[in-house]
Amino acid sequence: MASIREQFEIPGKMKTWSLALIGVGLVALIIGLVTKGFSADEQEQAHFWGTLMYNTIFWTMVCNAAMFFICIITLAMGGWEQSFRRVSEAISTMVPIFGSITFVVLIYVVVSDKHFIYHWLDKDKVALDPILKGKAGFLNPTFFIIWTTLILGLWTLLGWRMRQIGRETDEAPMNHLAGQSFIWRSTVRAAMFIVWFALTVGSTAPWLWMMSLDAHWYSTMYSWYTFASTFVSGISLIALWVIYLKNKGYLELTNQEHLQDLGKFMFAFSIFWTYLWFSQFMLIWYANIPEETVYFKHRVQGPYKGIFFFNLIINFVCPILILMKRAPKRNYTLMTFMAVLILFGHWMDFYQMVMGSLSKDHVTLGWLDFGILSFFVGMMIFFVGRSLASKPLITKYHPFLKESIIHQV
Amino acid sequence: MAKKKFVVGCFDDEAVLFPAVKKVRTAGYKIHDVYTPFAVHGLDHALGERETSLHTAGFIYGITGTATALSCISWIFTKDWPLNIGGKPHFALPAWIPIIFELTVLFAAVGMVLTFCYLCQMAPFVKKHHFHARATDDLFVMVIECTDKTNVEDLKSFLSNNGAIETDVQVAEAGWWLGRYDKDELPFENKQIVAA
Repeated sequence: MASIREQFEIPGKMKTWSLALIGVGLVALIIGLVTKGFSADEQEQAHFWGTLMYNTIFWTMVCNAAMFFICIITLAMGGWEQSFRRVSEAISTMVPIFGSITFVVLIYVVVSDKHFIYHWLDKDKVALDPILKGKAGFLNPTFFIIWTTLILGLWTLLGWRMRQIGRETDEAPMNHLAGQSFIWRSTVRAAMFIVWFALTVGSTAPWLWMMSLDAHWYSTMYSWYTFASTFVSGISLIALWVIYLKNKGYLELTNQEHLQDLGKFMFAFSIFWTYLWFSQFMLIWYANIPEETVYFKHRVQGPYKGIFFFNLIINFVCPILILMKRAPKRNYTLMTFMAVLILFGHWMDFYQMVMGSLSKDHVTLGWLDFGILSFFVGMMIFFVGRSLASKPLITKYHPFLKESIIHQV
Repeated sequence: MAKKKFVVGCFDDEAVLFPAVKKVRTAGYKIHDVYTPFAVHGLDHALGERETSLHTAGFIYGITGTATALSCISWIFTKDWPLNIGGKPHFALPAWIPIIFELTVLFAAVGMVLTFCYLCQMAPFVKKHHFHARATDDLFVMVIECTDKTNVEDLKSFLSNNGAIETDVQVAEAGWWLGRYDKDELPFENKQIVAA
């Protein structure tokens, strides 16, 4: 193990690039805030806050998916991810950072009573609307604020506890008993995270934050759809960082075998996403009931048609055709391409999920979206890099590390 | 189908089997096959087998299923027997996707099982010689094909030196035949000669 480079040093280039991206993003953010965010026009305001909302929710959930990935593998007693576990951990450290941005944006939208974004905020209209009245127990500002605080707070706390226990593997070799105790305690902490994850990402968080933009409409697939979207993006992000670190000469113990398994996850969950996409679409298409088709009307037949189907091509057709065979999943260049494509595709998916409801008449995709995206990408590169540099890159004394070293697909 | 002469070496440990496979191959002997009681990870690579083409076959079967379902259902609903179902267009693609998917899976699954049986030469009444009854229980059985030039005694001691707990020479059918074990051959009759 002497030859292993345990300590990641942030290259100057990465720092420059991430700061440049953050700079571009901040400029876009400030221009957007001045011209749109505080403008008197409700449509302009909805454009700005909606753009900020889908970006921040997307990136928070993607980074949280990295922690989910660690937790499911811990629960399944898997060992193969140990050689790059610190990468997933570093990505999950973004949850408090992006989570606080999400918190500020969502709470601001609700507190400042922006009923053109969440129309259930308008008390007079809710009083006259039997459907919204029935949902008022769930869709009200108090519950929204408390539940959002709990969601983000517990994601942060439970994820932090999971990372804390991971630090034990840096200290000293574990004997049999210490290893057993370590695995048991990690299992308990992972299970706690998963339970909360299921209650939030698997159900309430997407309902509350995004589905309630169309407060009359509902879909039981929506949360799973969001989960699939963010999980496959999270895996792609992990794959991107692993490939980056491999290129810089780190992660000697990670090889094509691990990359192929990450590729399998990307492939499988792209299909899973499509399955949910289709299930949600087909049932509504088949029944053709106006209160259900309201969600798809402007997406399938209106201005969002192009984005809606383009989405399906890059998130389903490309992964199924390109990632199906063994060789592409073991090819660093193709995996980089696919990971970027999948991340972009699901970002676009979040775009149409949120903006498709806020700006039904025209597509708003433009400088603001890409500016704010660059802000989040810059933040992600900057802080994940810092987090990687702050800890050893390898969980040296993890009981399952050997399983990862000899991993073979 | 022809009878051939084989040298059989039995190992009781994977850790011994792998180096032995490597040495036997390096020494230039031709390994007929290695019979193991369970799937041994990496043994196919050690034996130098090529990657299986079963998945390519599966893809082709799947595509065939997709094409069959799509062409069949679209012909039925648009040309042969158009029905007005809930005012939907005759070419109602979303409604067909579950069926197209099912047929893709069905074709791929059934086709791959049959291909697997074909590749492994498994079918009712297709019989192959059993080199050692304990290959299904607890022994790893390596079977080496002999040529005219093979010195059997040398090979047997070579195997023993490399950790084989039993060695044996058998003249047996190399391929498969149609028949019944109860008529042709008694597989559980102890024909093996235990070498010291």
